[in-house]
Amino acid sequence: MKYTLVIFLLGLCSFLNGQASSQSSATLLIDSSMLYLNSDAMYRRPFMGNNNLPVSIGGYMDANTSYGATNGSKTGIGFAMPDLTLFLSTRINKRASFLTEVAYASVTGKVQLRHAAIDARLHRLINVRTGLILNPIGAFNQNHDAPNYDFVDRPIAATTIIPAIFSNVGVGLFGKTGNSNWVLGYEAYLTNGFNDKIIDNTLGRTCLQEGVSSFENFSGKPMFTGKIALRNRYAGELGVSYLSGVYTEHDAPTTGKVAVLAVDYSGKFLRNRLLIKGEIAKVSVDIPTTYIQTYGNQQMGGFVDIIGTIAQTSIWGFDHARINIGVRLEYADYNQSKFEETQGIIFEHSRAVVPCISFRPNTKSVIKFNYKYQEQVDFLGNPPLKTGSFQLGFSSYF
Amino acid sequence: MTKFSVFIAIVLTFWCFFSCKEILPKGLDDDQILDGTVEGLTEAELIQFERGDEAFREVFVKETGLGPSFVTASCISCHAGDGKGHPFTTLTRFGQPDELGNQFMHLGGPQLQNRSLPGYEPEIIPLGATFAKFTPPANTGLGYLEYVSDADILAMADPNDDDKDNISGEPNYGHIPDYLTKKPDAIPKNDKYILRFGKKAAAYNLLHQTANAYNQDMGITSSYESIDAFTLKEIEPEITVNKLNDVVFYLETLKAPIQRNTNDPIIQNGLMVFKEIGCEKCHKQTLKTGKAPIDVLSEKEFHPYTDLLLHDMGSGLDDGYTEASAKTYEWRTPPLWGLGLSSDSQGGAYYLMHDGRARSIEAAILLHGGEALFTKTKYESLSESEKAALITFLNSL
Repeated sequence: MKYTLVIFLLGLCSFLNGQASSQSSATLLIDSSMLYLNSDAMYRRPFMGNNNLPVSIGGYMDANTSYGATNGSKTGIGFAMPDLTLFLSTRINKRASFLTEVAYASVTGKVQLRHAAIDARLHRLINVRTGLILNPIGAFNQNHDAPNYDFVDRPIAATTIIPAIFSNVGVGLFGKTGNSNWVLGYEAYLTNGFNDKIIDNTLGRTCLQEGVSSFENFSGKPMFTGKIALRNRYAGELGVSYLSGVYTEHDAPTTGKVAVLAVDYSGKFLRNRLLIKGEIAKVSVDIPTTYIQTYGNQQMGGFVDIIGTIAQTSIWGFDHARINIGVRLEYADYNQSKFEETQGIIFEHSRAVVPCISFRPNTKSVIKFNYKYQEQVDFLGNPPLKTGSFQLGFSSYF
Repeated sequence: MTKFSVFIAIVLTFWCFFSCKEILPKGLDDDQILDGTVEGLTEAELIQFERGDEAFREVFVKETGLGPSFVTASCISCHAGDGKGHPFTTLTRFGQPDELGNQFMHLGGPQLQNRSLPGYEPEIIPLGATFAKFTPPANTGLGYLEYVSDADILAMADPNDDDKDNISGEPNYGHIPDYLTKKPDAIPKNDKYILRFGKKAAAYNLLHQTANAYNQDMGITSSYESIDAFTLKEIEPEITVNKLNDVVFYLETLKAPIQRNTNDPIIQNGLMVFKEIGCEKCHKQTLKTGKAPIDVLSEKEFHPYTDLLLHDMGSGLDDGYTEASAKTYEWRTPPLWGLGLSSDSQGGAYYLMHDGRARSIEAAILLHGGEALFTKTKYESLSESEKAALITFLNSL
């Protein structure tokens, strides 16, 4: 199904491209006269505008190694390539473009189509997007490229509370307006929703990621995802996003509501030497009262990254190399309910602190060295699993 | 200046990383945790143990056979860290007060599946049924208890209180399913066999206990227990015999809890008090295994603090429900080993006695009645320091 969609979209692109005048594929659909938003991230990747070919191809690679221990049990040294991602974009005509992102993850051994959509501009405030869409919930989901981060792992909350990388087939509108200091953007999409794996999975806890069914919509009801973001040149960007839909199983009469509210912020200060970014999300899921309480109806989590540049100079022939240090603080509470039997709180949470040092030879690449200390508490609140690990990672656009 | 600040930053970073004691978190000492294997398993046995451990952690879902009605979705959710359970997974069993066999089997007995998959209704207790609640016990050391010989159990029994010490423990006898292999040293009575696992000692061995738990706790059928708990009809097995046997092996080979601070004078004094006031008459300190098919469990002495017998615990603990030949007021002496680590699996609190009603060790002692009334009275007359020593001893187990 997903491959049929890609072939269809590529075919459509080829056709439309033939109709269009010969122009660079890298002409951006986004309005570069205004400040950029997180939602523009996919059009701001380095490969865009690298050449004058009808089709631009790029991508990024993310690889890492780690060594750690959990409660005294050493994990040994492991190597992983969480992402090998290919982007392809083409300008269809002066008002339409196509962009796709395909990723191979070594953890799952699967190739995943993350984004494959046609954007058509009617007005700078009204752009139509259709295809497989990255749902604009939080900021990380749309702005997830590993080279943009100084941390080896993706944020816990942005991957296990919000199901990043999270995309669905659908259609919607986006646009932005503003002036040289302010920009206000919006996105609103109707897409396929979740299946009932949200509350029926081998993790034994509510998990939106488990219920993503991008290419099927059993419920017959579309899921809404919308976001409003406001950016000030000096104060940074604040985004508020909301997701509302239902989950269901095939042919089942029972459905439950799903809602996610997320707030994200990112800002650069001290002449771009200090970066603060983070997001917090709250998930609400209808759980039948007769079901097991390990599946909570409320979840909440978030993270904050604080990155400071301690050196920006010429190193090893790289003229604008940077050395950053920083820290990530993160928390995810997978079950905010109380036990019916005792009225005691259900724990099931995870928290981590991740100091880092990174070397950025240029804007495309980063070498990261992290130490991650994480505590995971089970749903009863028993003594936590403590994990400490050293992580060395390399990420680069190409 | 820039190079210097880079150097300082890198040095500070590494100093921060390596100065913290928990940089690579250490595990707890063996005596602080309940999980782990008995010593001396062969390579092949360790492999089976690992398989059983993994199966024990499996979370069942609709596709793998969960329910439709059930109590919980995994073994581990009832026995976190292989320890005692929480009221959240406390079971309810229903039946009637006499020992004529459960008359509510056709209505879903003996166990209540109080939860269900979306779209299904959970079970309710039938009209006229009596019931009791059972908090999940710890798993550790079960292999040792499995291989205590029937002769040794009978040697501890004194159903008519011939020695006039007010203690009259007796085994629970019951019929056992065809799929169970009788122990070579079994001593049956009227075609009934000595049962030993469970709050009322209603399970013959760990295979019996485990197959029942899959079926009644999670709604998972096996070729051993093939009747679906929801439809009460025979269905295809939802778990393989191999996996179930691996879990049984895992339970058999979990280590016995290790007592802590045994040289502490207060704990030694607590043990003396324990024996002096009569606790040890039922909570037998030392038992031994007979011949066992697993070498490391064969003919071993161990310290579980149980006699595996049923005792009259008084009207306060009479829930009006029975299993096999046990009376409604009779409960099997629970092993006390691992008691001090119970709260580490119960969310930092204590839920003791058969249904978790006791919120502390002392509260549990004070709930003893029937045959244990005399001992409880003796406990109440102890000095504060003697009581403290006894509690400290129990916490060290």
